[in-house]
Amino acid sequence: MSTEAAYGYNSKVEGEVIVSKLDTVVNWIRKHSVWPMPMGLACCAIELMASGGSRFDISRFGMEVMRFSPRQSDCMIVSGTVTYKMAEVVRRIYDQMAEPKWVVAMGACASTGGMYRSYAVLQGVDRIVPVDVYISGCPPRPEALLDGLMKLQDQIMKEPSVSNLLKKDMHPAPKALKTTAIAH
Amino acid sequence: MSEDTFLQDLLKRFEYATERASLDDPAIQVPADKLVETCRVLRDDMGFDLLTDSTAIDWGEEASPRFTTIAHLFSTKNKEYVRIASDCIDDLEPTIPSLVPLFPIANWLERETYDMFGIRYEGHPDMRRILMWEGYPYYPLRKEFPLAGIETELPAADIAEVTQTKVIPAPMMGGPFHAPQTGEMSDREPRGADQSWNEQKEKPE
Ligand code: SF4
Repeated sequence: MSTEAAYGYNSKVEGEVIVSKLDTVVNWIRKHSVWPMPMGLACCAIELMASGGSRFDISRFGMEVMRFSPRQSDCMIVSGTVTYKMAEVVRRIYDQMAEPKWVVAMGACASTGGMYRSYAVLQGVDRIVPVDVYISGCPPRPEALLDGLMKLQDQIMKEPSVSNLLKKDMHPAPKALKTTAIAH
Repeated sequence: MSEDTFLQDLLKRFEYATERASLDDPAIQVPADKLVETCRVLRDDMGFDLLTDSTAIDWGEEASPRFTTIAHLFSTKNKEYVRIASDCIDDLEPTIPSLVPLFPIANWLERETYDMFGIRYEGHPDMRRILMWEGYPYYPLRKEFPLAGIETELPAADIAEVTQTKVIPAPMMGGPFHAPQTGEMSDREPRGADQSWNEQKEKPE
C-alpha cells in the first residue's frame, strides 16, 4: 500500500498544497483504476467470477470494472487453459488493448500449462504475451487473485510512467522467458 | 428378447455381418459398404433410434485393416444397445460412409473422429477438424503420435512471428500426476507416481 511517504505529503507542513513526483501521481491514479479484461478460458474463470461477486468484493481495491472489450481494459487476467488454438485469440485481444496494459496469469494452466502436458495446450501464456504477475493454484482462491492484483498495484507504483510516455510501449513488457517445455 | 437370441437374429437378418467379441452388449461387424444400410434397418425396423457414440480404433501401423469405426446405437423404446463395427477402406487414407444422413447427431462425433484419427467420412456435410485447428498436420490419437506431441507451427503465422513461439512437445516428466488419497493434507500435492526420471534423466531400466 502507498503511504504518506510515497506521496511526500505531510498535512502539517504543506497544508493544502501537495508536492509530489508526477510519476507517483500518475501511478497512484493508474493503480486505482485498473479495469480488468476477464480472459476466462477454463475452470479458473469460475474463481475469477467469484472474485467479482459481493462475497470477495474486488472493488475494495479499485480494480473491479471488468470490461469485456479489450479497448476499454488495462489488465488481462488470463484465467484458464490456453490451447494452441486459442493462443492466437489471446494474443490478438492483447494487441487490441490500449497502452499501458498488464497481464496476470491466473492459475497453473495460464502460468505453465498446468497439468495439461499435452500436444494441444500452450505451456504457459508467457510464451505469447508478457506476464506481470503469476498466481499459483489450481484454481487459485479468490483471495489469491486479489493478492495477485494487489501485487500488480505495487508494481504499477514502481513504474517510471512519465518517461515511459515517450516510449512506444508505455509499459515496457517484462522480458519474455525463452525456455523449452522441459525446463519447467 | 434375450441377448443371445437377439444377436442370432441380427446375424440372420444381415447375412454379411459377423459376430464381434463383446463383454456387454451385442456387437456385430459389417463391411464398410453395408454400414449405412445396416444402421438404416436397425433404426427404421428395429427401433434403434439413437446414436449414442461414434468413434474409431487404431490397431497400429502394421495392422491391416488398420482403422475400425464403431457406432453405438440405442433403442429408447426397448432400452437396448447394439454396437456396429466396420473396418475403414484404406489404411493410409481411411474412409468410411458417414452416418449423418441417418443420425444428424453423428455430425460432430464424426468430425472429432476425423480430427483425431484422420478417418474421412464420405457423405459428411462438413468434414472439418473440430478440436485442433485447420491445418494441423497430425492426427493425435493415432498410435504413432507421441503423447507429448510433435513440434509444429502455431496456427497463425503473424502471431508465431511476433511471439517466436511454436507448438512444442510437452512430455509428462514422470506423470500422470495424482494426489495421494491418504496422509496429511499438506503432503498431498499431486505428483508423478515415479519422479526419479524425466526427459533429461533416462528412466532406469
Ligand atoms: S489451473 Fe486448474 S482450475 Fe485453473 S484452469 Fe487450469 S485446471 Fe482449471
